[in-house]
Amino acid sequence: MKKTALDFWVGLFVLCGFVALLFLALKAGNMSALSFQPTYQVKMRFDNIGGLKGGAAVKSSGVVVGRVDTITFDDKTFQALVTIDVDKKFQFPDDSSAKILTSGLLGEQYIGLEPGGSEQNLKSGDTIAMTQSAIVLENLISQFLYSKAADSGAASGASAAGAPAGGAGSAAGSTSGGASGSAGANHGAAFPGAAAAMGGSNAAASGAQ
Amino acid sequence: MPSVNSETVLELRDVAFGYGERLVLSGLNMRFKRGQVVAVMGGSGCGKTTVLKLIGALVKANAGQVLFGDDDIDTLDAKGVYRLRRKMGMLFQFGALFTDMSVFENVAFPLREHTNLPETLIRDLVLMKLNAVGLRGARDLLPSEISGGMSRRVALARAIALDPQIMMYDEPFAGLDPISLGITANLIKTFNQALGATSILVTHDVPESFAIADYVYFIANGGIAAEGTPDELRASKDPAVRQFIDAAPDGPFRFHYPGVPLDADFGLATTKEPR
Amino acid sequence: MITALGRHVRSGISRTGYATRMLLRLISMFGLMVTRPRLVTRQIMFIGNYSLLIIGVSGLFVGFVLGLQGYYTLSRYGSEASVGLLVALSLVRELGPVVAALLFAGRAGTSLTAEIGLMKAGEQLMAMEMMAVDPVRFVIAPRFWAGAISMPILAAIFSAVGIFGGYIVGVLLLGIDSGSFWSQMQGGVDVARDVGNGVIKSIIFGLAVTFIALYQGYEASPTPEGVSRATTRTVVYASLTVLGLDFLLTALMFGN
Repeated sequence: MKKTALDFWVGLFVLCGFVALLFLALKAGNMSALSFQPTYQVKMRFDNIGGLKGGAAVKSSGVVVGRVDTITFDDKTFQALVTIDVDKKFQFPDDSSAKILTSGLLGEQYIGLEPGGSEQNLKSGDTIAMTQSAIVLENLISQFLYSKAADSGAASGASAAGAPAGGAGSAAGSTSGGASGSAGANHGAAFPGAAAAMGGSNAAASGAQ
Repeated sequence: MPSVNSETVLELRDVAFGYGERLVLSGLNMRFKRGQVVAVMGGSGCGKTTVLKLIGALVKANAGQVLFGDDDIDTLDAKGVYRLRRKMGMLFQFGALFTDMSVFENVAFPLREHTNLPETLIRDLVLMKLNAVGLRGARDLLPSEISGGMSRRVALARAIALDPQIMMYDEPFAGLDPISLGITANLIKTFNQALGATSILVTHDVPESFAIADYVYFIANGGIAAEGTPDELRASKDPAVRQFIDAAPDGPFRFHYPGVPLDADFGLATTKEPR
Repeated sequence: MITALGRHVRSGISRTGYATRMLLRLISMFGLMVTRPRLVTRQIMFIGNYSLLIIGVSGLFVGFVLGLQGYYTLSRYGSEASVGLLVALSLVRELGPVVAALLFAGRAGTSLTAEIGLMKAGEQLMAMEMMAVDPVRFVIAPRFWAGAISMPILAAIFSAVGIFGGYIVGVLLLGIDSGSFWSQMQGGVDVARDVGNGVIKSIIFGLAVTFIALYQGYEASPTPEGVSRATTRTVVYASLTVLGLDFLLTALMFGN
């Protein structure tokens, strides 16, 4: 093989490799993002970071403005300490707040920055004071159930204590309806008009069950 | 290298060699003088090629010394061995040409690797060597395109490319037609005289080698059975040498490979039957 | 029997030592690429360029299959748009380096072993030694470095072609939205972590496979069946080594 032809083909081969690598980095990967911009660091503390990971996005109004740098545990305040790198191009007021949000319903978590109204801007090394932790699904569910039970308990008025969770909701409703029926009957003897009114409202309540 | 005995360029002193515990050669004493053509002969598998490998430092002797002038090759490091080899040329039995290079590039190889000569000078040298072996016209062919005999001639041109002081030939006459036999013998003799070198032939071809050799070593039974000029060996009374030179089928070199006697294999009767 | 076992272990250990010494020698000769570039580029041609066809076609088909299988599975959860991400991550992190290395072992590895083995059988290596040229430096080392250079290039091309194959199947054939195909991919493929680690893997695989191929050829018995056994050993050892190293490297790189 002639020397020049050999060099050409090998050079072409190596070039193909570089092109492939470039393609992978730019088109397939996230290289075009903040890889090479100058950034400044901001700290914040959360009670619960949920599934936030290093390298996750920091967005404001849905636009990526930075990346999560490190996540550590502060054992003095017993909170998670998150440090983020924000693109120098974007300045935020120093009373901005940070929330941990989820992209989509079950997607990856990211930090959302909401600007405050202060005249001063965040400087490198500053800490954001107002934070909202991630929503943890288990807490959400138990919150929902307890509040549902509390609503039904207030309507009956009497002893019907903490209702069992889940599908026992309607059963709880009917027992409290029964209890209020007997309570209503007791009072109804003393105050006939009130009893009728109570019985009526009870009937309406049980009718609504 | 200044030495006391300037005539002997190479000497093997009490050399022994073997694999593991089995000694193939022992008590080898050989002397090679400058300008000599020496034939090393013996039956197949007697260790002739091993002698060449010992000289070329491809294998290490178990005992004894291999001396070049005054230097024992045992004392040389890798660089020293390479420096020594540059003064040697070796022709392998089947040529051992580099199959991915043309004839020209094969012969140019040692020149390119060991000298800084410009390409034009290398070209001239290569063509001269090829001309000496009669293959200047085949310079651009690949080894796969030339015959075995031609391969060997190219390998010869390659071996003498750096004008070595010691030339070694491993079975140079094996498998050649009568014409090539004569040519090869001629080339060996000519190069020896032209280079002022010492040539060592490992062969079992008696007529051709006796025609050009100045001295012959005969190896049998792991040692030197006989040595001398070709005439001395022709007159030798040693039965092994006699069998070899006369090409007799049986003698010290047995015809039959050792094993069970014939009667046992063919179940022949051992008692005589009454007729 | 104990002595036989002991002898086996001893010879195994000394063979490992010998192989390691050879590997270190080859690594120390990387200056060859500067002093004798012609030797190395010639080998890159034989090892790299000539493997392009099998690597390219295999990459394409692997991409096709990933796209198809990914689509079938992801459509169950309504996440077809993530096919791009699936294809890209699978290729860049694992399949690119590993499959390319296995194909490389089969194609380039066996030809290296056979070539060196036949050179040994034809006494070419010994002839070179006798001409005071170190065959390890002249024959083995250029092939070693050519393999080390070619492997990452082939792996990158495999991954890139595979992603393209996934694009063809996902977007052009199955109708996934092109925009979400690429954006999902870009969102999930981290250059430093995924692409970078994949490149590191392919470099290590290249060194390992090429070394095994060259070593087996160099140590082959100089007979036809010796060479054929050596080529078989190359494929087996190289493939197992690649898979084993892959496990190790994946655990190290993607562990946390």
